[in-house]
Order: sequence, then structure tokens, then C-alpha cells
Amino acid sequence: MSAHQSYEDQKKLVFYGLKLLGIITIVEVVFALFAKGHIIPSVTFGKDGGFGQALYMLAMIGASLYKAYFIVFFFMHMAGEVRGLVMTVLLPMTLLIWAIIAFFHEGGRWGAARQGIKQKNEEVVQPIPAAGKPTGYLIPGAIYRG
Amino acid sequence: MAETTVSHAHETHEHESDEQLWDGGKEPLKASYGKLMMWYFLVSDAFTFAGFLIAYGAIRFSMPTWPEPDFVFASFPFVQAHWPLVFVTFMTFVLIFSSVTMVRAVQEGHRENKRGVVFWMFLTILGGATFLGCQAYEWTILIKHENVTLDRNPFGRFVADGVMVDVNGKEVLENGAPVTVKKDDSYLLHGHEQDGKMQLEEKYVRYTAGNYAGQTLKVGEGPKAFGALFFFITGFHGFHVFSGVVFLAIIMLNAMGGLYAARKNGYEMVEKIGLYWHFVDLVWVFVFLVFYLL
Repeated sequence: MSAHQSYEDQKKLVFYGLKLLGIITIVEVVFALFAKGHIIPSVTFGKDGGFGQALYMLAMIGASLYKAYFIVFFFMHMAGEVRGLVMTVLLPMTLLIWAIIAFFHEGGRWGAARQGIKQKNEEVVQPIPAAGKPTGYLIPGAIYRG
Repeated sequence: MAETTVSHAHETHEHESDEQLWDGGKEPLKASYGKLMMWYFLVSDAFTFAGFLIAYGAIRFSMPTWPEPDFVFASFPFVQAHWPLVFVTFMTFVLIFSSVTMVRAVQEGHRENKRGVVFWMFLTILGGATFLGCQAYEWTILIKHENVTLDRNPFGRFVADGVMVDVNGKEVLENGAPVTVKKDDSYLLHGHEQDGKMQLEEKYVRYTAGNYAGQTLKVGEGPKAFGALFFFITGFHGFHVFSGVVFLAIIMLNAMGGLYAARKNGYEMVEKIGLYWHFVDLVWVFVFLVFYLL
């Protein structure tokens, strides 16, 4: 806790934090219920699988990041620590940006691969009736010869 | 643990040439050894949780459908109503309140007010225990009544519009009208005990649109990984809450016994467990985000 704050100021910050976190949480939940059609049944942009849902998700992530910032900087007093400590804690977290991009991309690929296998399994293959003399290659000649 | 008490007594004995070396007296980054190590433990723990949550995201991205949180998490104790997200919002508030009482305990510690520390820590422990109770309720509903396990997930969503039929392909009528389903509608397959084994009810749907238009298919389980991911991640968080409650209790008893008052370091131990407790709340912010809001 920074030394220049009086006890009364400190107590004020605590109740400010309680109000802030509480209000953000309530707004998040009400917005989630609104966006998913629980308040007005015809409004469902929060699960349309497109632009509306992307916007909805970004708003939710933004609100959560703000809550995280408040908890770390004011409840955990990161704001009162020296710059070096702040950086040794926060800089490693930037590694997660790439982890998220890479693994979500990977997840999308898993889905596409699974879909491809399913399609191939369901495919009905019409055997080509043998005509004339065998040509000698199971795979096209150009590939076989490299 | 005595080394957390900062002592500058050695400094007078230091040689000129040793001035650049750290003898344990002066603190790097102006934080005591214990606080610094707590911060770096939390950094490593943050990566563990991030790994879990990113795995959840990657698996969710790989699935054509995913159970809808506001359909899955809609139970509330003592009411039979369908109240989406209300109970988890309550749980979130329990954690926020216990975080606030923790900050108050740390503040009273800085003022060397033993009664204040013990009082606010007791409320924090109460909050943590309440949260664990809520989680036990949530898990009970999922496991006992909705039959979600590590490898079974009766929650799913229809991939296209269709109409419910019975096993013979005859339309199921409700009040004389056929039961239609829409793309992305959620369903829960109820279970029943048969020969000592859990059986999920068998439902069939004839799709009228999409890739399967005209085909009659059995309504299957939702993405299998959902249960495992939910129980592992909320369980891992719940275990953090549990160990937090245990350590809070130990430190509260020590504070009552006057151990930290004797150290005259502004109840630094309370500050350290406070860092851990806020981190548990911080993780819940993200668990709440990915499991219940997105």
C-alpha cells in the first residue's frame, strides 16, 4: 500500500472496488442474457456465429480484462510496486497472446481435419468398370514417376 | 520464516568491496523475499490456468457445436425455475466480497490492529467456504441430475432445423402438433438407471435443412470433452479456493496467537496470503468469462 494514502482513503478505495467489480459483473451478465435472447427473444446476436457474436465476445473479454487489471493493480497493490517488479510479472504474460492465436488456429484445423475425415467416410465411391487391358498403375502415372 | 523480518543490522559490518553484493538485508525490487516469491508463484500458476483455458478454447474451436452455457448452467437451489447464469453470478459475488474483506484484513494488518485482521480474515474464510459450497451444489446438479461425467455429455445443440420423430420415423406429436427443432437449439438427454447402468434416453430427429436434410438421425451426446474440461478446470480452481481457505485459517489462528504482532512487520504474512487470495478471484474472472459468458 502506498504510504501517502490515509487510512480513510484506503477504505474508500476498497468500497470503490467492491462497487466497480459488482457493477461490471452485473452488466456483463445482463448483457449476456440480452445478447442470447433471454430478455427479448428475437435479439440473439450473441450467438449468431458471425459478426454480432464476435462483437459480443470482444465486449465480454474487454470487461473481464478491466476487472483483472483492477484486481491486480489495486487489490494486489501492483500500482504501489516498483517498475521492475511490475514488468517481471506482466511481461511474461504477453507470451499468452501468441499461445492463444496459435492454439485457436490449431483447434480450427483439428475441426477441419475431423470434418474432412467424416466426409471421406460418408463418400459413396462408384467403382469404374474395368475396360480394355490394364494400364498398370494404381496411382496416376505422373505421380508414380515423380 | 524469520528471514522475512527485514534487518539492517548487518550493514554496519559491511566491507567497502562488498557494497555491490546483496547480503539479504536490502530487498531487490523493494519487495521482501516472501512477497516476491509469492508473485512469481502466481505468475507460474497463471500460466497453468492459461494453459487449461486455452486448451478449452482450442477444443471448443474444433467442434461444430458446443453446449450453450446459459442452457447448461440454469439451476438455482430450492427453486424449480430455469434461471440462466443467476447462480454463478451469485458465486462470483461471493468471491468479490471475500476479496474485499481480504483487502480490509491486509489494511488492518498495516495498522497492527490484531482484532481487525482476525475479524476480516474470518469473513474472508466464510466467503471462501460459501463459494466451495456453491460449487459442490453446481457439481451435484451436473453429475447426479444431468448425468455429465468426464466422458459423457448429454448436453448438445442441433446442427440444423428438423422435426422430432420416434424410432419408427413417425412424427412425435405434442398437443396434436409436431415438435420442431431449430438449428442451434439446445437439448439435454435425460438419463435413467437400467441394470445398474446409466442409460440416456433415445431421441430421433428428421432434419429438414442442412447437410442431413431428409435423413433421420439419433440425437447423440454433445461434445464429449465438455465434462472433462469443466470438471478439471473448475475443480482446479476450486482446489485453489480450498487450499486458500486452509492457509487463511492457519494464518488467522497464528494472528490470534500474536505471532505476527511479535514480528512487527505490518502482518506481512497476511499480505502474502492476500496476494494468493486475490489471484484466486482473478482466475475466477477468466473461468467465469470462458465457461459462462462466451
